[in-house]
Amino acid sequence: MSSGDYHKQTRDLVKNSLARRYRKEKIFRSLGLLSVLFGIACVLVLFGDIGSKGIGAFENTWIKLDVKLDPVALGVNESPTTEELQHANYDAVIKEALWSRFPDATTRADKKALFSLVSSSAGDSIRRLLLKEPVKLGQTLPVWVLADDELDTFFKKIHQLRLPESERSITDKQVVWIEQWISAGQMEKRFNRLFFEVGDSREPEQAGIRSALTGSVLTLMVTLCLSLPIGVAAAVYLEEFAAKNRFTDFIEVNINNLAAVPSIIFGLLGLAVFIGLFGMVRSVPLVGGLVLTFMTLPTIIISSRAAIKSVPPSIREAALGIGASQMQVVSQHVIPLAMPGILTGAIIGMARALGETAPLLMIGMVAFIVDIPHGITDPSTVLPVQIYLWADSSERAFVEKTSAAIIVLLAFLVVMNAAAVWLRNRLERRW
Amino acid sequence: MDIMNAATMNIPAVNSATMNATTMNATTEYPEKTVGLPLVADPKMSMRNVNVFYGEKQATFNVELDIAKNEVLAMIGPSGCGKSTLLRCLNRMNDSIAGCRVDGEISLEKENIYGGMDVVPLRARVGMVFQKPNPFPKSIYDNVAYGPRIHGLAHRRVEFDEIVETSLRRAGLWEEAKDRLDQPGTGLSGGQQQRLCIARTIAVNPEVILMDEPCSALDPIATAKIEELIAELSENYTIAIVTHSMQQAARVSQRTAYFHLGRLIEVNDTERVFTNPQHKLTEAYITGRFG
Repeated sequence: MSSGDYHKQTRDLVKNSLARRYRKEKIFRSLGLLSVLFGIACVLVLFGDIGSKGIGAFENTWIKLDVKLDPVALGVNESPTTEELQHANYDAVIKEALWSRFPDATTRADKKALFSLVSSSAGDSIRRLLLKEPVKLGQTLPVWVLADDELDTFFKKIHQLRLPESERSITDKQVVWIEQWISAGQMEKRFNRLFFEVGDSREPEQAGIRSALTGSVLTLMVTLCLSLPIGVAAAVYLEEFAAKNRFTDFIEVNINNLAAVPSIIFGLLGLAVFIGLFGMVRSVPLVGGLVLTFMTLPTIIISSRAAIKSVPPSIREAALGIGASQMQVVSQHVIPLAMPGILTGAIIGMARALGETAPLLMIGMVAFIVDIPHGITDPSTVLPVQIYLWADSSERAFVEKTSAAIIVLLAFLVVMNAAAVWLRNRLERRW
Repeated sequence: MDIMNAATMNIPAVNSATMNATTMNATTEYPEKTVGLPLVADPKMSMRNVNVFYGEKQATFNVELDIAKNEVLAMIGPSGCGKSTLLRCLNRMNDSIAGCRVDGEISLEKENIYGGMDVVPLRARVGMVFQKPNPFPKSIYDNVAYGPRIHGLAHRRVEFDEIVETSLRRAGLWEEAKDRLDQPGTGLSGGQQQRLCIARTIAVNPEVILMDEPCSALDPIATAKIEELIAELSENYTIAIVTHSMQQAARVSQRTAYFHLGRLIEVNDTERVFTNPQHKLTEAYITGRFG
């Protein structure tokens, strides 16, 4: 065979294989693109669903009533003390205002149906007004009061009118009153400040996210303050100082195993150790943070070790070669260079801790908490547990509260990650 | 037919090379004692009976070698001959390698460096320049000032400024770097980075500088600059340099040590080694029969 023939043969073989190779590449690329598109579609559907359901919870409905601040009805004397005003019978004046607004509500059942349209906390508006300006006592004033959750839901979804009466919670009679309010401009939607200002409540229109949000912040602070230093220290020790022997191999295997342990097991451990053995209080962010630290530590240790390992050995050699001690090499060169990687691990760990529910159920953070916690030893709940609790509630208005809480949780997550990314970029710029 | 020819021509060529090397090993005995003049009067550093092990594998065999004051000693030999290993023993850079064990005595001015000497001051006295330029990801200024800072050689800004300037001047980098001292050292070219590493090493004013193939990652022009620099530095420092380039050894060093498979075969004045090698293995290596 001459060399020319040989070359031609090779060329033909290569050419023949080309089509097959390119086809494979094309299939692989389109599969990859397809999976990315699928992922994006899923995320969009999820966000769209949560957004459309939850957006309503950021508004609530208010009704304008002409309230006669009659001292007799309120059960206070002419110049009442603050104490008396706190406990005055505001429901009575609201009922009075409602009945004079709609004189057609004459029967006991009608009156009850009418009164059920305002929130049980509607009196708060009048109380606030009177506490601020006690001289208004005896006058008749327009006051905006909070509407009940059924009315709120109905008002936001006014198209429910088309449903037959038996399938909605608002009766036809109530609809007539509502329409009068609307046409008189005495009913409006406002931004739901209450949602961010108060804790949980049995009444959907009075339920807020504040206690769960504060609880989450406190719990995560405890987790971060414990897991980051401990995790980094463990990773540095294992990578830079520990002798490589069977014992450290054993530790390494166990850290990797811990990362795969279901989180509820950590909750059981926390229950047994912190509450059972040490007698710490239930339902507090301190214990929650400790439990989440257990859960986050393996993640932080593993990613920190990987980050430390990826610091080029030439940098270590350079520092050692000048006479830096092992500690100086680690603190002045290895950790600063590994910091972006360590932070990435911390973000992943924290994000997981933020969304964790199961272990916190075990240590009692599932309790119904109305008060906003002021410290890491106050009883509190966290956002995912709040979501779980609301999702479990029967009132229809809690559906939008649940989605709104998810939106808050996601926003929290985004803010946290953005902060970490910003920090990471800042550290990277310092080489 | 061309291809076939090329192939058949290649095979014997490779074979003959390996055969030469193996026959050389089989027929040429290692010298009982290192040929030439491995020892000098009043050495800066001396190695006696040095055996280095990586686990079970022995990397050097009974090396006896002195480095004289203010000389440039070149260490040459084929890959895997133990020259880099030996060099790294001189400031105990091998300490951090798991399973590495050093037997025998290595001393710096008659003080055994493996006998209880603290490794931090040792490395301040015996500096090292590595194969690949490895500046810290910090500014040029901070690279040079790092050593003096950790050893407490200076305290005030002006003192640091002075050290940085002298070190960069000695490393021949001052003119190129003086206007960009606050820029990252990693932004320099390869040759400049290596000179920065040399400046960083001499900033702590070491007695001995170890260089592990300092030019192997550099282009010829950068290499020429570093070689020039080595000649200047030898006025103030004792230098041991490992190199794969025999021309470089011939150009920069006063004495040359030839290593072969962990054994120190021959040490002599550089000129003598390259013009009149005493041992057959040395001769085979410098004439390019293997390596």
